[in-house]
Amino acid sequence: MAICAISGFLSLALGGTVMAGGPADDKLVIDGEIEIITRTAAPDGHPLGELISGWHYRTEETRALEADSFQNPGMLYVERGAEIWNTVEGDAGKSCASCHEDASETMKGVGASYPKWNEAAGKPFNIELQINECREANMGAKPYKFDAADQKALTTYIKHQSLGMPVGIDLSTGAMQEWWDKGKEVYYTRTGQLNLACATCHEGYNGMFIRADHLSQGNVNGFPTYRLKQADMVSLHNRFRGCIRDTRAEFPPAFSDSLMALEVYVTWRSSGLSVETPAVRQ
Amino acid sequence: MTKGFVISMAIASAALAGSAVAETIAPDAVEIVDMEVAASLTGQPGDPIAGRKTFADRGKGNCLACHLNEDLKEQLFHGEVGPPVDGAADRWTASQLRAIVVNSKDVFGGQTIMPGFYTLNVGINVAEEYQGKTILTAQEVEDVVAYLMTLSQ
Ligand code: HEC
Ligand code: HEC
Repeated sequence: MAICAISGFLSLALGGTVMAGGPADDKLVIDGEIEIITRTAAPDGHPLGELISGWHYRTEETRALEADSFQNPGMLYVERGAEIWNTVEGDAGKSCASCHEDASETMKGVGASYPKWNEAAGKPFNIELQINECREANMGAKPYKFDAADQKALTTYIKHQSLGMPVGIDLSTGAMQEWWDKGKEVYYTRTGQLNLACATCHEGYNGMFIRADHLSQGNVNGFPTYRLKQADMVSLHNRFRGCIRDTRAEFPPAFSDSLMALEVYVTWRSSGLSVETPAVRQ
Repeated sequence: MTKGFVISMAIASAALAGSAVAETIAPDAVEIVDMEVAASLTGQPGDPIAGRKTFADRGKGNCLACHLNEDLKEQLFHGEVGPPVDGAADRWTASQLRAIVVNSKDVFGGQTIMPGFYTLNVGINVAEEYQGKTILTAQEVEDVVAYLMTLSQ
């Protein structure tokens, strides 16, 4: 009964100190050429009807930065990634390009379809894990430490080769479905002293302001993203850990089974939205 | 305030005959009955001025994260996740507001986004620095309740 009275208040138009919420009505076309799918119908079984990119929840200025690749600060990391791609490292005397040649051909679509089942490892691999695997097995180089500047730049570069392509992962291979199930459980489990799950904020209240933050659906299609607040690229697992820490909970290690499961599940939740890497966020 | 004072005096005299200091009720001993917590958690009345600060303080109540509050106009960025608290005192009694702040889940249901500010019944994997602790102390809850009771229209 109390709840009914309350939802009445919620629907009142809020004036004064509250900022207007909801996704902005806008279209993202990068450099006037590349059309980005920022709104799309959700796949079957998705709890939300329409999927909306986090881009719609940012200010006009932030949205404009992403629409112009000359102004997008994340593009510097794409350039740095291209350098790394062509740089020989490790005992085998190879670069990424030695095996994969022109990234604009060989890496096209890769960023849109990861995480992907890795049979030998018996778990899903994201781009970062695949890069480390290549470095160790094929280049004789050391794996990157989590969030090393080069790891972020190379991941950004590889994902950028799929710019505009819709996110779509294959859940039919290996045990992907089990990892999806586990990720879903993580998504709905409340953590920390504040007792919040991912779903509490991103499913229940997207479009609303939580103090100065405009809650989006928490989609992953822009990662790694350039965050103006940090003036740096932010990896997906860094973002996951930040959101979990904000519930006043301990957060799991990057690339741990629970965060890999979460990545599989949340990537599925973003199905059909275009890859925006490097997206620009607040 | 007068009501709170009377209740707190009643508790003080019942529990500790002769002593002027009342016991603070531990988080797991608070009883929410019919969506109400009748007695002050500390046996003391709350301080509405301190409560106003706790309401806005990001490290304490951070209530503004979710609630618009005209009385705190000077603060930037009021959230819109919860209903505005303007006029809360016209809609709720102090006992009801105390229950809402202590553990909103017992009033609004388990799915609410609003955290429980004086409960240990929280999410998993609580970070070490917060383990076994409540978001607000018993007296801070009383202060916030006293402050909410000043919000009438
Ligand atoms: C206390 C509320 C809260 C909780 C709980 C929460 N987040 Fe977030 N999350 C935010 C805010 C605020 C932002 C920044 C604004 C935005 O993009 O929504 C954000 C951003 C994100 C983004 C970036 C979206 C983009 O477009 O760049 C992702 C992905 C994300 N969250 C995933 C998660 C996952 C997964 C969980 C659970 C492990 C989670 N969040 C839990 C509040 C929360
Ligand atoms: C993360 C969001 C969040 C935070 C933080 C929060 N609340 Fe709430 N609050 C809500 C929501 C949402 C409701 C409405 C009930 C529901 O939908 O579950 C609510 C309801 C209320 C109500 C009853 C609404 C009415 O009619 O006035 C009061 C009073 C209240 N909150 C006070 C507080 C106080 C005081 C604090 C801080 C100590 C606080 N809230 C912190 C989200 C929040």
